[in-house]
Amino acid sequence: MNTKNIENIIALAEDLRWQIGDDFHDNLAESIYTDAAKIVEDSVTKDNQKSKFRLDAKIDKIVTSRIWGFPIMLLILSVVLWLTIVGANYPSSMLSALLLDTVHPFLKNLGTNIGFPWWLNGFLFDGVYLAVAWVIAVMLPPMAIFFPLFTLLEDFGYLPRVAFNMDSLFKKSGAHGKQALTMSMGFGCNAAGVVATRIIDSPRERLIAIITNNFSLCNGRWPTQILLATLFIGAVVPQSLSSFASLTAVIGIAVLGIFFMFFFSWGLSKTLLKGEISTFNLELPPYRPPVFWKTIYTSLIDRTLIVLWRAIVFAAPAGAVIWLISNISIGNESIAAWSIHALDGFGFLLGLNGVILVAYIVAIPANEIVIPTILMLTVMVTGIHAGAGDGVLFELNSVTATADILKAGGWTLLTAVNVMLFSLLHNPCSTTIYTIYKETNSLKWTLVATILPIITGFIVTFLIAQIWRILV
Amino acid sequence: MMENKTKTACETCTHFNADGLKKLGVKTEDFDFILALAGNPNTGKSTVFNALTGLRQHTGNWPGKTVTRAEGAYVYNNQKYKLVDLPGTYSLLSTSEDEEVARDFILFGKPTVTIIVVDASRLERNLNLVLQILEITGKAVLCLNLMDEADRNNIKIDTRILAKDLGIPVVPTSARFQKGIPELIQTISELANGKIQCKPHRIKNIPKNIEKSVNELSETIEKEFPNISNSRWIAFRLLEGDTQIIEALKSGKFVSNEY
Repeated sequence: MNTKNIENIIALAEDLRWQIGDDFHDNLAESIYTDAAKIVEDSVTKDNQKSKFRLDAKIDKIVTSRIWGFPIMLLILSVVLWLTIVGANYPSSMLSALLLDTVHPFLKNLGTNIGFPWWLNGFLFDGVYLAVAWVIAVMLPPMAIFFPLFTLLEDFGYLPRVAFNMDSLFKKSGAHGKQALTMSMGFGCNAAGVVATRIIDSPRERLIAIITNNFSLCNGRWPTQILLATLFIGAVVPQSLSSFASLTAVIGIAVLGIFFMFFFSWGLSKTLLKGEISTFNLELPPYRPPVFWKTIYTSLIDRTLIVLWRAIVFAAPAGAVIWLISNISIGNESIAAWSIHALDGFGFLLGLNGVILVAYIVAIPANEIVIPTILMLTVMVTGIHAGAGDGVLFELNSVTATADILKAGGWTLLTAVNVMLFSLLHNPCSTTIYTIYKETNSLKWTLVATILPIITGFIVTFLIAQIWRILV
Repeated sequence: MMENKTKTACETCTHFNADGLKKLGVKTEDFDFILALAGNPNTGKSTVFNALTGLRQHTGNWPGKTVTRAEGAYVYNNQKYKLVDLPGTYSLLSTSEDEEVARDFILFGKPTVTIIVVDASRLERNLNLVLQILEITGKAVLCLNLMDEADRNNIKIDTRILAKDLGIPVVPTSARFQKGIPELIQTISELANGKIQCKPHRIKNIPKNIEKSVNELSETIEKEFPNISNSRWIAFRLLEGDTQIIEALKSGKFVSNEY
């Protein structure tokens, strides 16, 4: 290869470029379009009268309209959530009856009969097994409904319409319109949402999308919201309105998350991540009737089981830790009791309590296990005997029994509201933190993404608690 | 569902060797041929990819969900094909990141065959990319996907005329329903083994003065790189002042086999 010849080629190109002028790009593009039109004219015949594009356009006119776009989005979200809440109830109680009421005593008896020492029996079956069983009973049914519904919507072609509707909001907040898509993925799983930000080309806008993804309420947090809304919010209104009130509360939290996402996108793009907003083309794809059973099957295999497996992998050691800290004592207090007392004061300022804060530390690996951890620790400090004893995770059969335990632990409506808020506004789970680190390759941004939501959570719950205590 | 369908006349014919197909998933080492899967966003590339490799790359009805190159493989008639699913692009003429990934692979990855997946119901818009790819590589097959949608929209396509105009084989498919995939595999095999010769369409209707400059430049390029097959396309890029192509020329990327 001769460098001089190559220099000559480049020089010649420079010369010619001057000669042909700067409309070369347009000329070439035009030639391509002319050729394409000619080829299509030869080979394609269409009957425009019967075209389905018209139907697509009609649907789009409604679902992306200024007036109807957002109400329809909220409606679809409500329907998906409602189906998930209502549909998950029955299989959940069946699973807990099986795994917690039948298999658990069987395993404990088996352990005793084989001659396991009490600590091994407790560690394995009251710690590890129960944590896993709880996660399966509570997580599997809602996921098995939520993910396929979401995938069906995705296959149908609704997601790009969501992006289209929200585009101007994202633009105003200095972020990329495609963030609407990664935000939607975050409603399933934040780690998946963070990976999905790869569709955003500009590094600045991608960082914004990564840092704010945690404000999408993930699948591990939906059950917490649903449970607390049912127990506490649903209880303050008349019976006939209770499920409506709980649904509204859960949607309210999700929408608040979206608000914070916009707020911080805006804040970041005005401060740490200043820069141009890049434009992009978003093609609204045709609506496609999903291949129903295939979609159900693949979303069960690819999403539900993978996410469930992750939850189990983290729940098992967490169950072990909970059992250990409740049963190992320093002086005459268990580690758990000691740390709960240490955090009680700070918890009170936030309208929470020490138990809740300890539970959030134990549950860093998986948000799914927050509620069982809270229940177990509450039973321990209040000394109620409602389950299998200290350090044992349990599912309470009647919902009111759960509420009774929490109330015995000093819970009020304020506590429930603030736990719902704190569940939305706290650090991402460890998997998401690790994923953020892998995607950004930067400790600094990983730290920002981890600390930003929890600081927000402290501020918001603190303010709510103070105002509440003054007013109520 | 899919397993119980009755076999078509083609599928029972001895030439139709669907039995010679083995999906290999991600086992991509020691391949005989390398295939690139290119096309506009949301034309079903990932679905075609899954149908060929047996993998379950996430698919969804929104543009841009394939964010990086996905790789997979299959064996057909004892030859191993490595398949690379490229991000969907509308064009190769600008310089966004996904277009670069796609263009660099077609240009420097030297795929044996490039499978261009297009949306049959939006052919004209999709041809923009097809015609650009055909300037870079002649060994290509047009996978006319989403035929079911075209049918529903009463769009009829004469695949013979289309194949003649483009100078490459055209295979109609509905990858979501596994239709046309055996024919696609067979066509790829014939292309890879040189049994089909292509005469790729070259962009016509270019204004005279530009055409003259392009010819002059591409002849000069051919003198320096006699083995290069896409001198005309390089000339286009140089006339546009594409700095990456200039760099690639200087570093010898066009002649080396490193990618």
